[in-house]
Amino acid sequence: MAKGILRYGAYVPMRRLQRKAMVAANAWFNGALKSQSKGERAMANWDEDSVTMAVAAARDCLGDFSRDQLSAVHLASTTLPFADRLNAGIVAGALNLAESVAGHDHSASQRAGLSALADALNAAKGPILVTAAEKRRTKAASPLELSSGDGAAALLVGEGDVIAELVAHANRTVDFVDHYRGDGVAYDYSWEERWIRDEGYNKIVPATLKDLFAKAGVTGADVAHFCMPCTLAKVAGPIARKAGIPDAAVRDNLALVCGDTGAAHALVMFAHALESAKPGDLILVVAFGQGCDALLFRATDKIASVKPARGVSGYLARKREETNYQKFLAFNDTIELERGMRSELDKATALSSLYRNRGTLTGFVGGKCNVCGTLQFPKSNICVNPNCNAFHSQEPQPFSDLEGRIMSYTADNLTYSADPPACYGMVQFDAGGRVMIDFTDVTPDDIDVGRKMDMVFRIKDYDGQRGFTRYFWKATPAENAAKQGG
Amino acid sequence: MARGIKDKVAILGMGCSKFGERWDKEADDLMVEAFEEALKDAGIEKNQIEAAWFSTAIEDQHVGKSGTPLAVALRLPQIAVTRVENFCASGTDAFRGAVYAVASGAADIALALGVEKLKDTGYGGLPQRSRGVLNSMWWANASAPGNFAQLAAAYRAKHNVSKEDLKRAIAHISVKSHDNGSRNPKAHLQNKVTMEQVLEAPIVAEPLGLFDCCGVSDGSACAIVTTPEIARSLGKTDIISVKALQLSVSNGVEAQHNSWDGSYFATARVASKKAYQEAGVQNPREEIDLIEVHDCFSVTELVTMEDIHISPEGRAIYDVMDGFYDHDGKIPCQIDGGLKCFGHPIGASGMRMIYEMYLQLQGKAGPRQRKELPRLGMTHNLGGFPHQNVCSVSIVGRYE
Repeated sequence: MAKGILRYGAYVPMRRLQRKAMVAANAWFNGALKSQSKGERAMANWDEDSVTMAVAAARDCLGDFSRDQLSAVHLASTTLPFADRLNAGIVAGALNLAESVAGHDHSASQRAGLSALADALNAAKGPILVTAAEKRRTKAASPLELSSGDGAAALLVGEGDVIAELVAHANRTVDFVDHYRGDGVAYDYSWEERWIRDEGYNKIVPATLKDLFAKAGVTGADVAHFCMPCTLAKVAGPIARKAGIPDAAVRDNLALVCGDTGAAHALVMFAHALESAKPGDLILVVAFGQGCDALLFRATDKIASVKPARGVSGYLARKREETNYQKFLAFNDTIELERGMRSELDKATALSSLYRNRGTLTGFVGGKCNVCGTLQFPKSNICVNPNCNAFHSQEPQPFSDLEGRIMSYTADNLTYSADPPACYGMVQFDAGGRVMIDFTDVTPDDIDVGRKMDMVFRIKDYDGQRGFTRYFWKATPAENAAKQGG
Repeated sequence: MARGIKDKVAILGMGCSKFGERWDKEADDLMVEAFEEALKDAGIEKNQIEAAWFSTAIEDQHVGKSGTPLAVALRLPQIAVTRVENFCASGTDAFRGAVYAVASGAADIALALGVEKLKDTGYGGLPQRSRGVLNSMWWANASAPGNFAQLAAAYRAKHNVSKEDLKRAIAHISVKSHDNGSRNPKAHLQNKVTMEQVLEAPIVAEPLGLFDCCGVSDGSACAIVTTPEIARSLGKTDIISVKALQLSVSNGVEAQHNSWDGSYFATARVASKKAYQEAGVQNPREEIDLIEVHDCFSVTELVTMEDIHISPEGRAIYDVMDGFYDHDGKIPCQIDGGLKCFGHPIGASGMRMIYEMYLQLQGKAGPRQRKELPRLGMTHNLGGFPHQNVCSVSIVGRYE
């Protein structure tokens, strides 16, 4: 049976930092940055990291696909929040996957996302969820800061009714150190770009493609979509031309509208290509990094039958322009803000309590009373309905996909927030239940009583003293959130 | 319903420290300041006190836990001391303990004392503190003003009130309380403010501005209670007695069940109704002469006027703007300046409200005395947030 892609999705944070603003702040120091002034880069909110973005991409990908069927979940990133804690396990928890699911983290290379996809395709029958996400820390005034973007992609891999079948896979592993990030070091260290182009891309990628085409029995001319992330100019085009791939097949690397999402970017470009692929189209996905992975897919006649909730295009269209470069630096801890004494509250997490309450906290699972049907959050021993109060009557009820509306709200300048004012309020779910919850990706002007809200998995707190990231769910204005009610 | 405690307990003496930023005073200094006044007023010896209730709220950044801080500060003769913590309603709840002790006959004379030393945090506003191991992991990152501000959004939506009209009504409340505070020498804030100042103040939590928030103060207040008979035997003639004491505590319905609309305090409606019943009050708007409510924020006071069944639902704005609650109105509210200006040392606040009633009922409130001597006064003391709180209501009056 054909192995391939069953579903796909992506996530791009709402803020797009304008490169003009970044360059305006830094050109005094490095005038050469002016050549990178065009366009915008995706900028994660302070409460997003590779795990939360992977969850968002996975939700975009999975839609109503039955999550009980998943056999494994992969997460690829070079910016995982935990060096020793299965990050894919957090993703699995947020998606409420069964505990029988396998979990894998992939890291340490810019091609980790595509390698993870290759591993998944070569492995079990699936369905396997592959996610990749990146939120790179970059030095102020670095070219990497301008070329990077934050984002994620997710692909559901399996057998059967695939929308794109795997034709062939080739790879190379070469210890070519174009850049590296040592253990415990926040930022990348890079070598000269011309050397990376000539000795790296231009030698390693063509050799891999040659193997791939031989395995697949196709030529470059047959390729309809060539997805190869590369932030260097004049690399992808010439490599394609040399391999006989038509110019028109070379896909936009989204540099101007998103930036390079690192380990996720090959999958982001692939997910983007799947949005427009026609049955029979050959899609070539290449990722470079201490070698190369190259995967060739053929879109099937099912290609149009599955669409992500938003996809790359939908998320790129949903945006808010950000011109405050200082905010970007603060969100990424590149500068030390005077955060005030209210930020000093100890955020220690009792791991035993987190584990006991993982359904509530990570899965956003509440209760549904099997006597009166009342939905409630959190799940409790005694039904909250004053006319019921049944004991031990609640079945697990996920709240993450329920429609909610603002019942009351405020924009708070007193409480500590990394992005004041802190907006929060009571969100009431149409199906029943409510929660006083933090809002995210909002300004005070976005919110009013009756506004439809979606639930998103985000960072709740970061415990800097112990290096622990605490996650919970937040409310954000829903897509097409028409103001309803009073 | 139980027979209740109406007229079973009399207030023998009360005291209240100066409230404010008492930089030079320790918590025990404030306790002694309030206690000495109460002891003198009661006309008894310290050793006649048989049991005590001690209220503090944020004890971890203050005096520490247990009853010992009170016993040590006052050198109580190794009697029972129970520490009470029930959010911002701690003071009234300590008073309830002392009153119940006397009403039950377990003690002839009992003491309730509340104290809070809030100004040792290094920043303005209430201290940051843990909300519990599990709660901290998911509760919204809310401040007190942010929680209470949400009443405004829900109240406006329910009663179809414009942002501007609501803002003006809550501003009137703050102007009134500052006016009252200016006649109170023990008040934290004794300055008058104008509508313009209030309306144009920086926003703390939308729509509450700086003047919509009460003061964060150091202070202590204290009551000595006994039976009316003992009070009389000790030579008291102008006796003030407790008519009702009720406490209502949220059980999660407001926070988790869609039957609550966010515009009012469910607990205050329950506690006040029970208190009227216990005190035998049929029509509070006609029978209650004076009220002290928990005006932690101006909007709290606004909706509370309806929750305690004095303004009809949706009409509080009109009563407020008509001056019904001003110091010369039909039912003055916060005639001492309230939490807004007298100040809010949390553990002491409930007792401070009763202190004011006690003075007013005896005609001893000085320049801020209500012109027509009140017969029945009510206090309302609230802690927590609109969606999950504890609410104390007391009614005290002349013993007739």
